[in-house]
Amino acid sequence: MPDSTAAVSTSAHDDVHSPALLHHFATPEQQRNSASFGMWIFLGTEVMFFGGLFCAYLIYRRWYFADFAAASASIDVKMGAINTAVLICSSLTVVLAIWGAELRNRALMIGMLLLTMLFGLTFLGIKGIEYKQKFDEHHVPGASFNFEHEEVPSQPGHYANAYHAQIFFALYFIMTGLHALHMVVGLGIFTWLLIMAWKGRFTPEYHTPLEIGGLYWHFVDIVWIYLFPLLYLIDRHK
Amino acid sequence: MFDNFPLWPQRASSMAGNVDALFIFLVILSGLMTLLIFICLFYFAARYRACKGVLAEQIEGSIPLEITWTLIPLGIFMVIFAWGAIVYFQQRTPPRDATEVYVVAKQWMWKLEHAEGQREINSLHVPVNRDVKLILTSQDVIHSFFVPEFRIKQDVLPGRYTVAWFRATKTGTYHLFCTQYCGTQHSGMIGSIIVMEPAQYEAWMSGGAGGPLSASGEKIFAELGCATCHRNDTQGRGPSLQGVFGKPVLLEDGRMITADENYIRESILDPGAKIVKGFRPVMPTFQGLVSEEQLNALVAYVKSLSVYSGAPAKNTASNAPQGAPDQGSQVQ
Amino acid sequence: MATATVPQIERENYLNKEYGIGSWLLTTDHKRIALLYLISITFFFFIGGFYALLIRLELLTPAGDLVQADTYNKIFTMHGQVMVFFFLIPSIPAVLGNFLIPIMVGAKDLAFPRINLLSWYIYIVAGILMMHCMLTGGVDTGWTFYTPFSTAFSNTKVIEAGLAIFVSGFSSILTGLNFVVTIHRMRAPGMTWSRLPLFVWSHYATSIIQILGTPVIAITLVLVVAERALHLGIFDPRLGGDPLLFQHLFWFYSHPAVYIMILPSMGVVSEIIPCFSRKRIFGYSFVALSSIAIAVFGFLVWAHHMFVAGISVYAALVFSILSYAVAVPSAVKVFNWTATLYKGSIHYDAPMLYAFGFVGLFTIGGLTGLFLSALGIDMHVHDTYFVIAHFHYIMVGGALMGYLGGMHFWWPKISGKLYPEGWARLAALVVFLGFNLTFFPQFILGYLGMPRRYHQYPPEFQVLNVLSTAGASVLAVGYLMPMIYFLWSMRYGKPAPNNPWNAAGLEWTIQSPPTTFNFPEQPVVTWEAYNYDEIDTGHKQEVQVAG
Repeated sequence: MPDSTAAVSTSAHDDVHSPALLHHFATPEQQRNSASFGMWIFLGTEVMFFGGLFCAYLIYRRWYFADFAAASASIDVKMGAINTAVLICSSLTVVLAIWGAELRNRALMIGMLLLTMLFGLTFLGIKGIEYKQKFDEHHVPGASFNFEHEEVPSQPGHYANAYHAQIFFALYFIMTGLHALHMVVGLGIFTWLLIMAWKGRFTPEYHTPLEIGGLYWHFVDIVWIYLFPLLYLIDRHK
Repeated sequence: MFDNFPLWPQRASSMAGNVDALFIFLVILSGLMTLLIFICLFYFAARYRACKGVLAEQIEGSIPLEITWTLIPLGIFMVIFAWGAIVYFQQRTPPRDATEVYVVAKQWMWKLEHAEGQREINSLHVPVNRDVKLILTSQDVIHSFFVPEFRIKQDVLPGRYTVAWFRATKTGTYHLFCTQYCGTQHSGMIGSIIVMEPAQYEAWMSGGAGGPLSASGEKIFAELGCATCHRNDTQGRGPSLQGVFGKPVLLEDGRMITADENYIRESILDPGAKIVKGFRPVMPTFQGLVSEEQLNALVAYVKSLSVYSGAPAKNTASNAPQGAPDQGSQVQ
Repeated sequence: MATATVPQIERENYLNKEYGIGSWLLTTDHKRIALLYLISITFFFFIGGFYALLIRLELLTPAGDLVQADTYNKIFTMHGQVMVFFFLIPSIPAVLGNFLIPIMVGAKDLAFPRINLLSWYIYIVAGILMMHCMLTGGVDTGWTFYTPFSTAFSNTKVIEAGLAIFVSGFSSILTGLNFVVTIHRMRAPGMTWSRLPLFVWSHYATSIIQILGTPVIAITLVLVVAERALHLGIFDPRLGGDPLLFQHLFWFYSHPAVYIMILPSMGVVSEIIPCFSRKRIFGYSFVALSSIAIAVFGFLVWAHHMFVAGISVYAALVFSILSYAVAVPSAVKVFNWTATLYKGSIHYDAPMLYAFGFVGLFTIGGLTGLFLSALGIDMHVHDTYFVIAHFHYIMVGGALMGYLGGMHFWWPKISGKLYPEGWARLAALVVFLGFNLTFFPQFILGYLGMPRRYHQYPPEFQVLNVLSTAGASVLAVGYLMPMIYFLWSMRYGKPAPNNPWNAAGLEWTIQSPPTTFNFPEQPVVTWEAYNYDEIDTGHKQEVQVAG
């Protein structure tokens, strides 16, 4: 609830108003709360967006477990694991960047933002290598897809159904591709945050864009944390 | 009603009366409810018309009234639900001894094959007062088999079988519509169901071609080499198919499933999906090597290897499968 | 109704504050954005209506002789897509919601004005994609895009149509997001949840559905586009996929979508009926909570579109019983609206006539939903004209009448002019009569067995089809009339006072049309919603604003 003593008239309150306060908000708290709430709702829509994919994936995985296991065995779990570590570190650097803003530590803030972006680029680079590998192995769905004579991990002599494997790869590419697209958008957002930070726009009182940008980045990280075990680790304990 | 201006479809099946009864009940209920609301609206609008000097009376609400008009509709709705569910159960449970007809839908025609072997395009001849079970599949997109006068409808899917049934109770010719949009000639994918007296039906049948569907299936079974592995003894690399249909099957992964039409179909097209316990996954797939009609024939053949009432009514000796258990006459 | 203040000549307001195309295309004023939406959705209503006209003309005769089969298939597809995604879903929220919600909660604007403008631009981009698709060949899958026809068999521009709808979804999501944050965070002091107008409550419920449901159709369309472009097998049985998975994903959004289309209209009716009965709505909390209940339950019933699709009998039982549950809150609302009239002081202005029409037609449409939820009946009437009649009763007889009622009710506020009341009442009557003549025969056609999406039909169905087309031409006249006199009123209408209806609500305390920032000073609310007793007996609480 907005503070009832905060008037919205446009008379001179310049010393009270932060330059970043938008005209339609009564107080900076209201603005910050609204921005944060808005980002949480947006992340809710993203959960539903990826949710449809997860739903399709879980259904097919239950129906075609053996074929999905065979397909999963062919993607590189080492690279996936490195990427997981990279993203988790990047979430840490985001938090440290926000901390830097709160402490008015410009070097920390900017340094951590740069590091976050570096981790993001690393993630995308490794993803690119993985995709190239899949392309070379003809595991990209479409005209040149080939998955003949691939054994199901726990059933020697039993070959996977290529059609079902293609469904795995279709979902693999769409899920990780959409995730990568969100990473790219995230890098764009962080570029802009970096520029704003460089120009000194963030203060301990006002660094809302950093906070909500950080929320977005954490979300992208969490999606990966679900994707990794689901896609890479089917039936690997044997 | 009027010939050129009907307002109600004929009742030509055993289920039509049940469906109509529920529908009429709902019409009466809805009519009463609509009347109630309309009368209230008109009456209040007139009675409480704005008059000079007369103020509206501010009424906050009434919890007892809210509870009443929440629970009463809910109660009525549950009655409707239950009634509808009972009718639906009957609609989706084919009787045990129904005559079977295999239906293959394709853009934009219906291909039907009786278990006795007669083939029809866009028409289906059936005897009156006989249970008929339709086993439907599509060659391409989703269609839907709809006979308004029988009050039956079932979507027809590619890649699997769906089932519908009816018992026609009136002779005559009735519309068959495709009612799931399927492309250019969707509204042209229509046909007729021709219900005949038993004697006429027998006459029509004897003019038919070929032998029973299961006999064609037996031929295909031999041609494709299925008998090599699926032998009648226990020595084959594949399970024996004697008496398999309709019974539970234990799979390698511990699941127990019932061998129905979809299981047989899947076993032919995607044999690796379900492996019977004790057997190895060596069966090759026949995806792309058999047409929908051939699949239907194979399914009919496997069915005939069980003491299953789906076997053709005309029980010719040549149809009796080898080594069938000697359990007396067929269940009709 | 008697007016309270004498209107002044051309005070500064949001319309005349700035001129020039740039001031409109770069505005962040929620009221201007509402008008941008008004123009856009009216344009698409004409497109969708044009397709409807062609459908009804074709169906005058049993033979498919007006257009070819392929053309007809495109026509009904695009009628559905344009009407659902480009007219109905935005309509009330994007026009009336955008305009009124900030004012109703006592704020200067929505929480995110620039995102509001972005939302309109996204809608325009989607609209351009859709127009391009329609003009360069169109799409013929039905608005429901069932696979594998849409992914592997249709020869039309499925990908482009899918992308257009995908983009339009983001407009819907952002509008919903904006509303939720505004309602939570931007309420003026004293505006508690229980003092909010029911229009706001119903938009809150609508926004929940927009936020949670729309992303699912977005991802479903992504999958359809990917499958079609790359020949994947997610929904194609020949490649191991399942066509029913598409249906589940599609209907998971598309069923709640129908509640996006009706809830705002219910909110409009909840404002009109108290005003023209001069009393508080009966059962405020029940109506408010019913909106939320509809939003929640609406997510649980999607497979009632699939009773004959090949789902198991047990799944069908579950979805049938849940569908009856979702009918209860709607019934509760109808009873509460009717009860509000009791001992009221009723006026028959055009908005009230539309509200009456809504209650009557929504009752009929809603009751026919009971038929469809009954499993035994649905097997017979699914995919027939019975379903078409059912949803048109709700969408057109309900949602569209609510929209028109709302446009009439708030027109003085939006434009600063009064529309001609006599013509408006006549138009309401014409719409009501034309509508019933168009769609009631379709219930009969459906039970007779006439399937949906049929280009040609057996001759015995002709008489009912002719009746339906006759009704459609009357209905078209009824829709043209408001467009003409609203435009007329902008030039020649009498200037509107602040509160021509003596209605309750913060929007009626400010000038007509409002200033850019709505309130000269932040209002402090100390009265309950729908305080008609205070208004009519003159003991009105003074709002701490001027003018």
